[in-house]
Amino acid sequence: MGEHGNGDPRESGAVINAGDGESGQYAIDDPGLPPHRPRLADEDENTAKRSERQVAVLFLVSIIGTVIFFIGYFVVGHTADLHEVRLQNTLLGVGVAFAMLGIGLGVVHWAKTLMPDHELVEARKPLRTEDQRQEAEQIVGDVLEESGIKRRPLIRNTLIGAAVLAPLPAVVLFRDLDLSEDFGPERMRHTIWDEGVRLVRDPTGTPVRAADLTVGSAMHIVPETLLDITDHGEKLAEKAKSVVLLIRMDPEEIETVSEGREDWTYEGIIAASKVCTHVGCPVALYERHTHHLLCPCHQSTFDAANEFEVIFGPAGRPLPQLPIAVDDEGFLVARSDFTEPVGPSYWERGNA
Amino acid sequence: MKALSQKRRHPFAGVALLLLGLLMTGGLYAAATTINEAQASSEAQEYSASDIDEGEKLFAANCASCHGINAEGTEDAPSLIGVGAASVDFQVGTGRMPMQMQGPQAQRKPAQFNDEQTQQLAAYVASLGAGPSVPGEDLLDAEEGDATRGGELFRINCAMCHNAAAAGGALTEGKFAPSLHGVEEKHIYEAMLVGPQNMPVFNDANIPPEDKQDIIAFLKTYESQGTPGGFALGSLGPVSEGLFVWSGGLALLIGAMVWLTSRSS
Amino acid sequence: MSTQASDSTAAGPAAFQPETRTGRIADYVDQRVGGTNMVREFGRKIFPDHWTFMFGEVALYSFVILIISGIFLTFWFDPSMATVEYEGKYAPMNGMEMSAAYASSLDLSFDVRGGLFMRQIHHWAALVFVMAMSVHMLRVFFTGAFRKPRELNWVVGCALLLLGLGAGFTGYSLPDEVLSGNGLRIIDGILKALPVVGTYMSFFLFGGEFPGEAVIPRLYVLHILIIPGIILALVVVHLFMVVLHKHTQYPGPGRTERNVVGYPVGPVYAAKAGGFFFIVFGILALIAGTFQINALWNYGPYDPSPVQAGAQPDWYIGPFEGVLRMMPGWIGDIPLEFVIPTPWGGNTVATPVLVPLIPVGILFAGMFVWPWIEAWISGDKRDHHILDRPRNAPARTAFGTATVTFYCILWGMGANDLIATHFDLSLNDITYWSRVLIFVGPVFAFIVTKRICLALQRKDRETVLHGHEAGVIEMKPHGEFTERHRRPDDYELYTLVAFESPEPSGPVPNAKGRITRLEKLRAGLNRWFYEDRVAPVSRQEYLEALEHDHHDGHDDGGLEAREQQQIGSGHH
Repeated sequence: MGEHGNGDPRESGAVINAGDGESGQYAIDDPGLPPHRPRLADEDENTAKRSERQVAVLFLVSIIGTVIFFIGYFVVGHTADLHEVRLQNTLLGVGVAFAMLGIGLGVVHWAKTLMPDHELVEARKPLRTEDQRQEAEQIVGDVLEESGIKRRPLIRNTLIGAAVLAPLPAVVLFRDLDLSEDFGPERMRHTIWDEGVRLVRDPTGTPVRAADLTVGSAMHIVPETLLDITDHGEKLAEKAKSVVLLIRMDPEEIETVSEGREDWTYEGIIAASKVCTHVGCPVALYERHTHHLLCPCHQSTFDAANEFEVIFGPAGRPLPQLPIAVDDEGFLVARSDFTEPVGPSYWERGNA
Repeated sequence: MKALSQKRRHPFAGVALLLLGLLMTGGLYAAATTINEAQASSEAQEYSASDIDEGEKLFAANCASCHGINAEGTEDAPSLIGVGAASVDFQVGTGRMPMQMQGPQAQRKPAQFNDEQTQQLAAYVASLGAGPSVPGEDLLDAEEGDATRGGELFRINCAMCHNAAAAGGALTEGKFAPSLHGVEEKHIYEAMLVGPQNMPVFNDANIPPEDKQDIIAFLKTYESQGTPGGFALGSLGPVSEGLFVWSGGLALLIGAMVWLTSRSS
Repeated sequence: MSTQASDSTAAGPAAFQPETRTGRIADYVDQRVGGTNMVREFGRKIFPDHWTFMFGEVALYSFVILIISGIFLTFWFDPSMATVEYEGKYAPMNGMEMSAAYASSLDLSFDVRGGLFMRQIHHWAALVFVMAMSVHMLRVFFTGAFRKPRELNWVVGCALLLLGLGAGFTGYSLPDEVLSGNGLRIIDGILKALPVVGTYMSFFLFGGEFPGEAVIPRLYVLHILIIPGIILALVVVHLFMVVLHKHTQYPGPGRTERNVVGYPVGPVYAAKAGGFFFIVFGILALIAGTFQINALWNYGPYDPSPVQAGAQPDWYIGPFEGVLRMMPGWIGDIPLEFVIPTPWGGNTVATPVLVPLIPVGILFAGMFVWPWIEAWISGDKRDHHILDRPRNAPARTAFGTATVTFYCILWGMGANDLIATHFDLSLNDITYWSRVLIFVGPVFAFIVTKRICLALQRKDRETVLHGHEAGVIEMKPHGEFTERHRRPDDYELYTLVAFESPEPSGPVPNAKGRITRLEKLRAGLNRWFYEDRVAPVSRQEYLEALEHDHHDGHDDGGLEAREQQQIGSGHH
């Protein structure tokens, strides 16, 4: 423990004098702590009294703050009117703020002006001394020796074996964190889109006729079969893979149609997976004149006129396109499932 | 942008704009090229022949330099034949047209024409070819719409560009989806109907009139309910919150720290 | 507790007899738990006082506020993904189907009085918590407080920062709205990109295919039990080590490697630190009462179809978001993603997701091991309790600034869409520039910072050797104009001269007398670290300067004062 002051606020408690530091190390030797400068309140009783009153006022502010909180909590009506919610929130916040700041500022002001402010000095102790270290080393050696673990390798080796294996059950126990029945990446290859499944609007669930889309239109689509799924979790998982953006552009403006995709569109109507091939955000920002499709999360940009090729951003692959046709009743339907897995790339995806 | 738009109040603004329009060349992203098959959304407004005549004069003086003397379009601006009255009412009514300067997209600014002139321009353009007409009052009454349903439709169809709190957002190459705060019901409706700039078209077959009304109801409810938590910091989400905590929050804390560790006089 | 509880043995003639009521209570407790030693150890323990030492306290206090407000929230929040129909006070959601988690978050905002305030103070406190930890860490880095013997405590601090990020992200995800749902979807996408184990990790986290119905309850357990539990344990370790090592102090007169100068815990430091808790609480309450945060009623219940413009994480995840945005997926017509051909159909390497993990990984791994890297480069094995002024360690300060620049570019990229809309820029241009800036920026920052440090050191030398410019121009009898200089007093002088500036040390041969390749590397880094240096003023130089002053006759007391070693003798 270091030197402590005598408690007289006019005196410095510190007793470092000149030359306490290493001598000759620097251009000048350590001059020691600067002389203690008394505060106004140390020498003038009136100033001290004023500080005392200021602290008391701050504590009163705190009391007022608590009252403001109670007014906010009990007096303001708690209705569906959000303006009242805001008023209440403001009163609660300001009330607590006053209550807390009053105490905090008051106590600190008290400490700063009225409590002794001389700095004190404490010596640093070494974390260990050499003889203590040797003693500890001796104890460790004795303990190991007495346990006999070094002399009896059979015990040691079987213990190591057991200790390595024993935690494994705790790891295995977590296997059922995955609750899916057919655990594995295989199910990521398929969605519920299939031949003849109607394209319906999200969220209304109404089917779409080709004539419903004019040039420049964009529509958010889910498969009709999604509406039949009752289990909430399963529904979300299937929706997460099968959401589609349906757009119509002037057929003249479609620039690229690769082999085998000639019948995937219908009079300029194109359907593409909304799940970004980067990390899976819904890509839904469609610019009708540039035919660009932008993902708001990481800004991958896809060109709808060129089979959704990546023209900007981090996505590694084009968006999968859903082949569509028109059924007997004139509604848009899928020709098949997507021909490749939708969404972000994963290790097992391969060339699919 | 603001400073510029104020300068344009000058009486010669129209002339200056004309000259500017003539001088400007280069790519134009704005406005509609679509041959819109959409049907008029409510009872088609009847325009008188004098409206059309007045509109033609206004058009020749203010718009023809870019859109062509017969609105057939030029290198700088698209044809307006068949875009309909709704398109004109939106573009001119929100001040986007006449355009201040060529850029990634036309900016919203104080309207250059009064309601009557806007109507005359709309009448003239509507007379050039069939297109969506200005919606009737009955479709715009936010009180009639269902805000819950409108909210759901908004989040699926609009929020990805305009932000969940309708505060706007960025598109590619300097384009952006504007904030929807303070936009008139009529203009919200027309925007959905015609798809101005790069916005997709949400015609009545895609989002029926009553759904559009629900969306308007949601936006107006949202606007009138205020922000219950306090100042919304632009409703821009975590970025503005983080910025606030690193500026205002940190400044308050450092102020307290410096005061706390400073020596009393 | 006071001095009355100074000593007490159970019996004996010298047994302590308390006289006052307080004394009796204190003695009762003391006899049973031994408070005497606690009071002796901590009652007058010294803590140095400087405003930059308070960031750790802000972190600690906001953590306490997080726990208090968090406990309140757990009483109403229902971490379930089961579907319910919302029937609360928020009209625009009435009758909607949503998860119980989202519905209870809305209830907390609108139906529980004070719930909105508690939600907001919890979220703001979380932002402040991570911010305070980060700034605290920067303070520790730039002043060299991580050096021996405090390396392990630095590691504990780094672990706390990572846990803070974990706590923040799990909390951000709990309300199960569209914003946080898309955040989870990004996590799912990143997990799936990991080679071999990725798909399985995603299935394990989500209990099957994304999003499933398991993830919110799991994140909840992490958020309210496991992560805060570990944080609490590490905070205890962190503070224990602070007490063990005693706090560092800035260089200055009277401060040595063998002492601590500051205020005693009782009463001044306790009052200030205790009061500061209330101040931090008050500031957070003020912010929570007046500024809205995470308006989750805007986002709507999670649904995999919608997304919103400005989809961003909280600030501390921003750099991770930014690095993903910055990475190109294609270079020209060449895709970076590729498939390793295998007999079973190939394995995909999602390079555009994996590459960004490398710099972020290096950043965090480097953070943990920096104390050992620096000690290895400098070859310095001594204990350090006196801090470096950042200018006196130019290479470290420059390296730190370069790292901060790197971080900030990633951070800014996390908000590039908002930068684009608010500064009328093109989103694409910002991204293109950032791809250049991420390489150029840190190098530039390094060079500039180092130059600034060296310039400040030279200015310090100037001040020591010639004094401060007094702003008085004098004309000598022969017509020469000179400016009068005022010598700093010894206390200021000592602060300016008392530091070490090591020279590059060449390679040191090992026991066999050989210089290994590793040693050559070390020596190279050492040269890079120390080659540009401004030496502190030596005693010789200082005495010569005083001599010079004497001849010129424009200082009147420096030499005498120094020789007499008189405290407070006046200089002008």
